[in-house]
Amino acid sequence: MAAKGPRSIVCIKQVPKAQELQVDPVTNTLKRVGVPSEINPPDRNALEMALQVKDRAGGEVLVVTMGPPVFTSSLEEALAMGCDRAFLLTDRILGGSDTVPTAHALSETIHKIGGYDLIFCGEETTDASTGHVGPGIAGHIDCAQITYCSELEYLGDRVRGKRTVEDGYEWWECPTPCVVTVNFLSNRPRPPSLTGKIRVKRGGLITTWSCADVGIDPGKVGIRNSPTIVAKVDTVQLPDRKAKVFRGEPREAVARLIEAMVADGVLPG
Amino acid sequence: MEKFEAIVVGAGPAGSAAAYALAKAGIRTLLVERGKVPGQKAMFGGRIYAYPLHKLLPGFEKDCPIERYVTRENMSFLAEDTALNLQFDAPKLSSGAAASFTAYRGKFDAWLAKKAEDAGAMLITGIRVDALHREGGRVVGVRTGTDVVKADVVVAADGALAQLARGAGLRGDPEPKEFSVGVKETVELPPKVLDERFNLEETEGAAYVFAGYASNWLRGGGFLYTNKTTLSMGLVVSSEDLAVTRTEIGTLMDRFRRHKAIARLTKGGKVLEWSAHLVPELGLRMMPRPYADGLLVAGDAAGFLLNTGYTFRGVDLAIASGMAAAEAIRGAHAAGRYDASALAAYETLLREYQVTTDLETFRGAPFYMKNPRLFSVYPKLLNEIAERVYTIDGTGQRRLADIALEEVRAGKVSAVKMLLDLIGGAKAM
Repeated sequence: MAAKGPRSIVCIKQVPKAQELQVDPVTNTLKRVGVPSEINPPDRNALEMALQVKDRAGGEVLVVTMGPPVFTSSLEEALAMGCDRAFLLTDRILGGSDTVPTAHALSETIHKIGGYDLIFCGEETTDASTGHVGPGIAGHIDCAQITYCSELEYLGDRVRGKRTVEDGYEWWECPTPCVVTVNFLSNRPRPPSLTGKIRVKRGGLITTWSCADVGIDPGKVGIRNSPTIVAKVDTVQLPDRKAKVFRGEPREAVARLIEAMVADGVLPG
Repeated sequence: MEKFEAIVVGAGPAGSAAAYALAKAGIRTLLVERGKVPGQKAMFGGRIYAYPLHKLLPGFEKDCPIERYVTRENMSFLAEDTALNLQFDAPKLSSGAAASFTAYRGKFDAWLAKKAEDAGAMLITGIRVDALHREGGRVVGVRTGTDVVKADVVVAADGALAQLARGAGLRGDPEPKEFSVGVKETVELPPKVLDERFNLEETEGAAYVFAGYASNWLRGGGFLYTNKTTLSMGLVVSSEDLAVTRTEIGTLMDRFRRHKAIARLTKGGKVLEWSAHLVPELGLRMMPRPYADGLLVAGDAAGFLLNTGYTFRGVDLAIASGMAAAEAIRGAHAAGRYDASALAAYETLLREYQVTTDLETFRGAPFYMKNPRLFSVYPKLLNEIAERVYTIDGTGQRRLADIALEEVRAGKVSAVKMLLDLIGGAKAM
């Protein structure tokens, strides 16, 4: 397919729904099986940024994810948002990979797809919050990176991006191909469209690869080849709040509530 | 741009029935539902009269999510602390062409939509169609935001608010007088308790209607249906009356729930969910014509709901209208034209499927049901007469007719009005 504009590859992850995070009491890590999941929210901003580049400059947007087959639902959502094709890298030997083998595996997959001009990632995931994988991919592919990017201009052979830092913004220019990690909430991700959902239903848009298909060395992925593991997730126990309930006939209870608030100095007397 | 032969908006009973029949006829059909799954955005009392399912899906009973077949009909006039019931028990109504069953729309709608999908319709969920797409004054598709999908014809089965039909100019802006508000609690009882308390065999079910105190004398009433392990109970009250009297329907539900007659039935129950829905209440008067160039309107969106005060039909009329719509489209498809005149057969088919014929038979019903005395004076009166008739305290037993006449005179309704109401009722019902 001859694309006039840039080929963008967006790397996404499917994560437990933020509002419904649950810690497994046995393993003390996040429950992933049997809980509602969603596209990692910053990845939606990454998808939106890539789709905006396509809106302006043409080309195509490919979406890639590494994970179990259930991650297909996130790929379908990304396709329905407007992505052209999707790739699922799925293999049991990838299980337990931390950010080092993940960045390696994704880079190999991106290399196999080829012909890319821009690689987008979310700034970090809501379930691990490391922010490693985007920069890791840039390292493997040996290209420039703009992290925490909130705005991007595609200028053909280079990009200009606005980068969020603690006390303000920086503007960066770098040559393509490059990696851009996208600031959470920096844009309004478009919802899946009816046309998009129809395309997905028709099928044929998702390619599934194993490590062997991509040529990934098993000795470089999986839990045994991960420098780090999640040992435990601690939830903070909030202290009980002091509370007082005013019961009874509403008007009378409200009068007592106001009295108490005045006595406490919350309301002026 | 994507194009289909037919787009059906709304995977409720009307939409899914239409999509199923269209797909079965080989017509390339898209069925679009705004909920994540069909049925997620739907609820009703409720009970489904099964006769159209026998036609559309013979053998449907094998896998249809049926709760209980209704074998008891009960009409209850409630006063503050008394109740006068009229009950009809007919076990034979649990089978045959006249059978009806209680159900959960979350399960039923999903089942029917799956049938449409299995028949070849493309089902897309999680998308809300905003408007019809027109070219040259004719409907040629649907629009969601800036996204357009085209079709030769659109079936608007988008529910009580009828957004698409209004956009097409077939209906005016929504007004409170067009609707009632229905609210429901689904109350779980242990299965044996339900069977014993209601005196039902395992697959038998009961349908209750409550008038008078139930709606605090506002136009409307209460209902209670038995499912396998739960009761669906709630109220349907005129939106206009709620607005005029500034009543919160939640407050009415509290009173209704606490009436001895109701509390006794739900005792020990656990509320599993609350739900609410608009109920179209004007019948044929809501819409002059359910079709236009490239457009058919079915189900609640067309106002196909029949409330006679003792029977309530919606889902069966929706399904039948969906079948009629599909048949009209097949005729238009054969003629190669989808303008209004090619779709006019829909009106004839709605009669053949007994949708508009039944609505016409009871044309006076919606207007008659707006008589406030039906919901306030008469239930009270009936209870007062019954109380006096059944009070034997040694002060002298009076004849029924004498008691009745006295109560009528003591009440604030003239005998003339009452007579007119009786005649009006006879004509409308």
